[in-house]
Amino acid sequence: MVKRLNNHFSQNIGDLIFEKLTLLFAVSVFLLVILMGYEMYLGSKISIQKFGFSFLFNSSWDPVQEVYGALPIIYGTVVSSILSLLIAVPLSIGVAIFLAEVAPSWLEKPVSFLVELLAGIPSVIYGLWGIFVLVPWLRNSFEPWLADKFGYLPFFRGAPYGFGMLAAVMILTIMLLPIISSISRDVLKAVPRSRREAALALGATKWQSTLIVLKDAKSGILGASMLGLGRAIGETMAVTMVIGNRSLISTSLFDPSYTMASVIANEFTEATSQMYLSSLIELALVLFIITIIINAFARILVWSMSRKWSAA
Amino acid sequence: MPQNDIKISVKNLDAFYGKNKVLHNITMDIPSNQVVAIIGPSGCGKSTFIRCLNRMHEVVGGTITGSIMLDGEDLSKNDPVLLRRRVGMVFQKPNPFPSMSIFNNVAAGLRLNGVHNKKEISLIVEKCLKQAALWDEVKDNLDDSGANISGGQQQRLCIARTLAVEPEVILMDEPASALDPVSTSKIESLIFELKKDYTIVIVTHNMQQAARVSDRTAFFYLGELIEYDITKQIFLNPAKKQTEDYITGRFG
Amino acid sequence: MKHRNYFLYRKKTTNVIMMSLTVIAALAAVIPLFLIFYYTLSKGIAYLNLNFFIAMPKPVGEPGGGMANAIVGTLILIGIGGAIGIPVGIMTGTYLSEFGKNKFGFMVRFLTDVLSGVPSIVVGVVAYTMVVIPMKHFSALAGGIALGILMIPTITRTTEEMIKLVPHSLREAGLALGIPKWKTTIAIVLRTAWKGIATGVLLGLSRAAGETAPLLFTALGNRFWSTKIMQPIASLTVYIYDYSKSPFEDWNQQAWTAALVLIILISVLSLLFRFVTRSKYKSD
Repeated sequence: MVKRLNNHFSQNIGDLIFEKLTLLFAVSVFLLVILMGYEMYLGSKISIQKFGFSFLFNSSWDPVQEVYGALPIIYGTVVSSILSLLIAVPLSIGVAIFLAEVAPSWLEKPVSFLVELLAGIPSVIYGLWGIFVLVPWLRNSFEPWLADKFGYLPFFRGAPYGFGMLAAVMILTIMLLPIISSISRDVLKAVPRSRREAALALGATKWQSTLIVLKDAKSGILGASMLGLGRAIGETMAVTMVIGNRSLISTSLFDPSYTMASVIANEFTEATSQMYLSSLIELALVLFIITIIINAFARILVWSMSRKWSAA
Repeated sequence: MPQNDIKISVKNLDAFYGKNKVLHNITMDIPSNQVVAIIGPSGCGKSTFIRCLNRMHEVVGGTITGSIMLDGEDLSKNDPVLLRRRVGMVFQKPNPFPSMSIFNNVAAGLRLNGVHNKKEISLIVEKCLKQAALWDEVKDNLDDSGANISGGQQQRLCIARTLAVEPEVILMDEPASALDPVSTSKIESLIFELKKDYTIVIVTHNMQQAARVSDRTAFFYLGELIEYDITKQIFLNPAKKQTEDYITGRFG
Repeated sequence: MKHRNYFLYRKKTTNVIMMSLTVIAALAAVIPLFLIFYYTLSKGIAYLNLNFFIAMPKPVGEPGGGMANAIVGTLILIGIGGAIGIPVGIMTGTYLSEFGKNKFGFMVRFLTDVLSGVPSIVVGVVAYTMVVIPMKHFSALAGGIALGILMIPTITRTTEEMIKLVPHSLREAGLALGIPKWKTTIAIVLRTAWKGIATGVLLGLSRAAGETAPLLFTALGNRFWSTKIMQPIASLTVYIYDYSKSPFEDWNQQAWTAALVLIILISVLSLLFRFVTRSKYKSD
């Protein structure tokens, strides 16, 4: 009988080949990430050599003069991401609390499903909706109303175009909500039941026990927000379609602005000179490095959180 | 016992998980075509001991010193993959492959070991299911999932799956502990049938079961082999005080 | 006594207010979904007819026409992406779960996580410098490679997680039958996990189908029928982007229809996978 089955020599070779083959793919993923950084470094070399750090601090982005300073673009990226995060994080925590603590399970499942569905909509469809629904509404209703009531603030001045920072912030907020809230929900759910029960047994209200859970989940929620920040900084289509695309530093949210990702999306195919292309690739490199740092940091936070409770 | 009747011979076996020593100096012979029961309280090293017999202890990171001979050949010198075809194993919890049909569960060991003749495979599958006393219950739905039958049927399916690669020895690690009494008695009578063709080593928690099915019984305690003898002897006239305490239920 | 009641009252009121706020937050999160679906459906349906699927785009100013080339283009692009992303993802995920308990495994796991956070436009730039520049022209291949890179993290991580969910007892059963480790992993472990892995693959493919940014300067777009992978190719998403910026109302309309078709395509993909991965057994 044993003879009918394969001999064992080939089996050990099989184990070895299998391990090395999968290793090969793992190595290729490893090299890919490094190669990506290297390729962009090569592509942006002439721009890095010419502008150095002034690339980041010069505020003139002028293809005609061949001068590229990314300050207004970085400003637009930072402001649009931070503002949308400021709105999205508290809302997402609310959604996460609703899903993890408040909603009965028959409601939790469909709402979670809807939230996940929202995360699956292609960003170009958000952008399309932004152009034809959100922007006209901002132009005709919301921005005039803001200007009327809060026009004394520097944030709500100027002509209500619709296209501009406010539209970008709103659409980014909608896009960040499902991402941050679904991770935060998982983080809240990772906190052991006993923590809630201990509080409830002492006569705490649901809200008080939730506060205790939130405290436990702090670093995980921070991680989720960081992941959201990474997404906001790199989001391209939806932002490009509604932000107005002008490199301009303005305090008014009604004014158009620009982000790193939208500059690349808009101008890459139009880049006629070497220097122009090189500057755009440098923007991509900066974006790459920023998102890597943010994501690395976020992952470490989320990991440390889940490890804390799985070890307990 | 005569030398040529010995199937497995264990000498001075120590087993370790990391630095933790779990078996101390075990020496025992397992005769051909008999059922040997291993009894003892939880954590006494029973499972580790039978895992050493087909080197499944290596899968969970164990190491051994001493020697185990199968038909006079040292196990550690052979390939573990080949060894496991000669020494099969049935586990405590039934573990049929859920993604395969009943038929394919039994055929898996053959196909994945290079047998592709359809006719041959279906003959062997039928034979093994009959040997495992499962054929009559499943012959009309061989294409159903292996995970959709009762626990007792699943365990007999796992036995059939083990038989399909035609081992010489079958190790059973508390094969009936997760089953109801009816299924348990089916497994027991099956063991009785199987010993005609196979050497069987069965770990059990249940002393009545050991008394019913085995020819010889070994009592393990805290990683040591306390007593090993003809089953009748162990249960009616144990030589050691610890054995007597255990089988009379004074501890464990 | 009165004092205590006051605190109890305040405690309860805070509770009610905060709990209601979470309900409002949940509503606020879900409403945009309904708005987006509502507009995509109501605006997109106007042009949704057979012609849209089988006809080519008309030149500027002429009404009508369809996006047959873009639908096929999107399918070709995710096909190329899948041909790269699926094997790399599954093999890397298998490596991580089977052999990845070392430092290198930890690093790969970390890098795939990081890769999942890299903006898709950056991946487009990389595909441009690595494929478009050496080839000297835009191509479906470059776009497909970008999409493939984007699929890798999702598929890798799902594969690893799904393999980890397979009970150890099944692996032991395989090994105890004298099946070599590599065959046990493929024929028993991966086979048991494959539904979960297929879900990850589907997620990767449908995300890729919705990507625009990495295609803008790789696959570029094409107003004509092309299925050649060395040539620029049309895609639904790039059409949505271009047509939404267009001053022609007819094209704006078609952008909505393309969005609807994209959502339908993603849903069909998901249904198709459910069908393929459906259980052969009645109660499973």
